[in-house]
Amino acid sequence: MKLYILPLRFTDKELLEDLSSTLFNVFKLPVSLLREPFSLKEGYDPVRNQFNSTWILSRLLEQASEESCKILGVTSVDLYVPVLTFVFGEAQLEGKAAVVSSYRLRDELYGLPKNPKRLKERLEKEAIHELAHTFGLIHCREPACVMHSYTYAEEIDFKSKDFCKSCSVLLEEKKR
Amino acid sequence: MTNLNKKDKPASILIVDDELSVRDSLTKWFKEDGYRTGAAADANEALKKLKPGIWDIIFLDIKLPGMDGMELQQRIKSVDPNATIIMITAYASVDTAVKSLKEGAYDYVTKPVDPDYLSHLVTNAIKQKRLTSENIQLKERIQELYEADQIVGKSPAMSKVFDMIKTVAPTDTTVMIKGESGTGKELIARAIHSNSARRFFPIITINCGGLTEGLTESEFFGHEKGAFTGALYRRKGKFEMANGGTIFLDEVGNIDAKAQTDLLRVIETKQFTRVGGDEIIMVDFRLICATNRDLELAVKEGKFREDLYYRLNVFSISIPPLRERRTDIPLLCNYYLKKLANSTNKPVTGISPDAMEKLKQYDWPGNVRELRNAIERAVVVAKGSTITVEDLPIPSTSEAVAQDQSLEAVERVQIKNVLEQMEWNITRSAEMLGIDRATLYNKIKKYGLRK
Repeated sequence: MKLYILPLRFTDKELLEDLSSTLFNVFKLPVSLLREPFSLKEGYDPVRNQFNSTWILSRLLEQASEESCKILGVTSVDLYVPVLTFVFGEAQLEGKAAVVSSYRLRDELYGLPKNPKRLKERLEKEAIHELAHTFGLIHCREPACVMHSYTYAEEIDFKSKDFCKSCSVLLEEKKR
Repeated sequence: MTNLNKKDKPASILIVDDELSVRDSLTKWFKEDGYRTGAAADANEALKKLKPGIWDIIFLDIKLPGMDGMELQQRIKSVDPNATIIMITAYASVDTAVKSLKEGAYDYVTKPVDPDYLSHLVTNAIKQKRLTSENIQLKERIQELYEADQIVGKSPAMSKVFDMIKTVAPTDTTVMIKGESGTGKELIARAIHSNSARRFFPIITINCGGLTEGLTESEFFGHEKGAFTGALYRRKGKFEMANGGTIFLDEVGNIDAKAQTDLLRVIETKQFTRVGGDEIIMVDFRLICATNRDLELAVKEGKFREDLYYRLNVFSISIPPLRERRTDIPLLCNYYLKKLANSTNKPVTGISPDAMEKLKQYDWPGNVRELRNAIERAVVVAKGSTITVEDLPIPSTSEAVAQDQSLEAVERVQIKNVLEQMEWNITRSAEMLGIDRATLYNKIKKYGLRK
């Protein structure tokens, strides 16, 4: 199985490369960093000034020609699903595709000074979290487990990049 | 937002909305949290998916094609009054949302909803639901405790029973309680349950002697709606109700062969399906059973499955009949006197020495239950503050004679019988007994006989 990372209006190359090596270490899968595959124009909602993450997922799936692979879209735009005001990311539960956005992970959005290190950590955690959903993992009660669901950016800092014991056992099982 | 307790069954959420994107995104969002989810595009589909108790929370769009959300809300409430309903509205229909709150909806959300708000809303709704059902259970339990009797006894035989309860209660071992009718087998079972880690979960009693043939399976495992004629509703079985707690099978020797097989299977696998259903239900229970029959004999005669017998008879407690622990009788009498005098509001405070003597002498074939009933009757009929021999509903002659064969005891009984026969006419009684009146007076005084 292979893991593809697709940038979608995401220009920070260094951050993408760091993310690739983190994901390689966590999931122990070969990681390929590809080029921007399609335009996000159609997924844009001018009223909400946001991008529909479900639409992005369906477009990402079109890129997944291989039988067994995982595709992670990484974007800097603000994402939404119709019924919610925003999402940090979205994934197909036990599927192939996931998308994660850095938009609401940035400290400057909340009036704080830029903090590239914190952004990198948050993005890694959310990418691991969404990808693990594609392996079939659901949210976890352990506050420090990466599968714990937080709805505020600063709360993401509470959790670690690691899976708790039961989630990591589950991930290994699902990977088989 | 995470599904509260991993040990509990995951909560379930039904989403009723005509917009596919809303159904899909909410379903997905809740699935990732480990909830069981379902979706319906309109009122008809929703009603088809609705059965009492199936959905914990129902998200309901106020605007639906055909029957609208408000009307559907009322229909849902009539099918499942316990379902928590949360209305979904667009900004424009807040007025309707408020109206629906008045109709009993739990809350409403406006599209698009803040993820954090949604998460807290659902967590709180589920928490409240669990607390409500826990509250009902606890109230029932308090009622049970309030009505329950205590196990009373200081005799060596009962001390041994208490020791055994203490030993076995904290374990999950299956317990077999043996004892004659009325010795308090259910009390022992309750004592074991309330001293175990399962005490905050229910103890469910099945009286196997009272099971109707053919309905046993449904009693044990419940049934789905329409499983058989008369199964108008889906019903939980006793094993399902006892999840996390204890099942007490009273008079287990009375169950038929089919029920024995069913019982053996559920003990071994801890899972079953409801009658007429195909969902496999896992249960976690501790088993306590009681019998007044000689089960070993029933096994030998082929009336009781041997494998089941060994499954049930892991740790056995024998409760001695009351006649083998007579020293406990005064204790029991005073315990019940206090309890019953309180509940009947009668100022009865004591038992006369000869009445107590009589209580001690009697054989009590109905054991503690019979004694309790005797005291209850005595409290009711007692005229003063003390229970006397006359207040006791104990047959006076043969039993007493059988108990105490001394010449004095026989004489006492004979004199009393004759006096009663002659309606306390002293002259005629003395004639009949072949003694003079003075001697009869002396004997009446000596034996404390009273009209």
